[in-house]
Amino acid sequence: MGDRIDLLTDFGIILILIVGISQFRTPRGARFGNATAALALACALVAIAYRNPLMSLALVIGVAALSAATGSWVALRVSMIQIPAMVAFQHGAGGVAAFLVASVELTRAGRETLTSLGEASGILGVVIGAATFSGSMIAAGKLANRIKQAPTILRRHNSLLLVIAAVIVALGLFAGLSGSRSVVASALVVLALVSILLGMVFSIRIGGADMPVLISFLNATAGLAAALCGLVIENRLLIACGATVAASGSILTHVMCAGMNRGLLSVFTGIQPTRARLGTPVSAPGTAEAATASREEEMISTPVEPRGALEQDPEAQGLAVVRAAQRIIIIPGYGMALAEAQFEVARLAEWLVEQGRTVRFAVHPLAGRMPGHMHVLLAEAEVDYEQLCDLNDLNDDFRETDLAIVVGACDVVNPAAMETADTLISGMPILRAHEAKHIVVCNLDDKPGYSGVPNLLYQDPKTILLFGDAKATVRRLLDRLTS
Amino acid sequence: MSDLFLMIAVFVFAFLIGYLLISKVPQRLHTPLMSMTNAISAVTILGALLLFSVKTNAVEKVLGAIAIGTAVFNVVGGFVITDRMLALFRKKAAGE
Repeated sequence: MGDRIDLLTDFGIILILIVGISQFRTPRGARFGNATAALALACALVAIAYRNPLMSLALVIGVAALSAATGSWVALRVSMIQIPAMVAFQHGAGGVAAFLVASVELTRAGRETLTSLGEASGILGVVIGAATFSGSMIAAGKLANRIKQAPTILRRHNSLLLVIAAVIVALGLFAGLSGSRSVVASALVVLALVSILLGMVFSIRIGGADMPVLISFLNATAGLAAALCGLVIENRLLIACGATVAASGSILTHVMCAGMNRGLLSVFTGIQPTRARLGTPVSAPGTAEAATASREEEMISTPVEPRGALEQDPEAQGLAVVRAAQRIIIIPGYGMALAEAQFEVARLAEWLVEQGRTVRFAVHPLAGRMPGHMHVLLAEAEVDYEQLCDLNDLNDDFRETDLAIVVGACDVVNPAAMETADTLISGMPILRAHEAKHIVVCNLDDKPGYSGVPNLLYQDPKTILLFGDAKATVRRLLDRLTS
Repeated sequence: MSDLFLMIAVFVFAFLIGYLLISKVPQRLHTPLMSMTNAISAVTILGALLLFSVKTNAVEKVLGAIAIGTAVFNVVGGFVITDRMLALFRKKAAGE
């Protein structure tokens, strides 16, 4: 009877959680959904504490109160640009909790109480939890700019990863098959250490625009580690919540990879699949290559000199174009966030709307350091979320657009992705800014984006290049427009 | 044995339901979504609490306390920060 009540409460709690997640359709609903999910977790806590009287209550409550205070203190102070680093750090905290719980349960229980599934899950939980922890710490360090953001590639990096993975499999099997508890305990310590190494070596080679994939992937592994913990202690709530999170992380990972038109393996190992097989080049391969070659030559012969500089100062040109434009699409990139120009851009958009123009923001899935990051940054700058459009929503509208304003975005508007084969971004879905009647680019400089592929948009005669700090550029534009 | 079956079924169903629900979440809510699911993944706190439901030795106490600390940090921080982010999303037309 008690069992049945437990089962029903558990399913009730899972139901509340599902209701919470299903509210993530609109921002307002999502806020309610977030509170609902928090309620589900609170109910789960109460249920567990009610069913299992706890010992060392003072210790438990003391630690919990302390870290609840720290957690909310940090969460209330962190700035929106630091969100990716904060989330990565939290993935790591989740990983630590999972691997500690799994290891204590494994060493404590011994053969008698654990099923073989429980034991296998526990060992996997230790590995995945520990690797999530160290991988997330590296990711958080990169995102917070504490360690070098660019990928660090060791010699024979992939072979090294394979060797570490093989050692983990061997240790896992050893721990799983070994009978004595003390041997299992020491094997687990070594296993955890090697898994931590795995996470580090794995994360360190990923950087820059690939970070959204990494952080989504770590979200999935943190969930998986929680679910595995649930299998060890045979707790349905843990399994269900963990599995849901794993599903969410997998979806986001997939969305990010699709945004780059790259496979997960290629992002994580650096192995490029042969582009020819993807069949993405838009024009015939011969002409495409010819076009690149000639454009590249052109680029070498005229490296920095912005066209139009001879006739007129580009800023005056830019002003004229902005004044004349009716339909405008703004394309923000991570560079805008780095220059902290989002508030200026939002003011520019607001002014344009006041003048009766149509203004929309085109946000590429990769325009930030985690999925949806750019939307949060623009929301903070008080841009109406109805103005934020996704790639597929408005990519066909560029043709009827008078002006595309690019602010700190490079690879995601580079027509080379469509026109040339065999580059890192070939076949990547881009925002087709080059189809607009005019393009104003407010980027820091003419250097290529993270992919290293020179931006063909800069060579387009329709493009007006306003290089320099985006915040200053946009502010100057706005001042001259309003005066 | 039926318990084992039930647990695997729970995993599979939770994954499928999660997959169906979350694939409908619009791109603009992806950051709050990840931040919230991150808080949910700290459900391991239940496991950490259960460590204290039987007698513990010193090592287990320390490890358990760390697990509770990190999980609580994750849960509270995750939900608070998600709420903060979502509060930023405003619609001008609604008249602020």
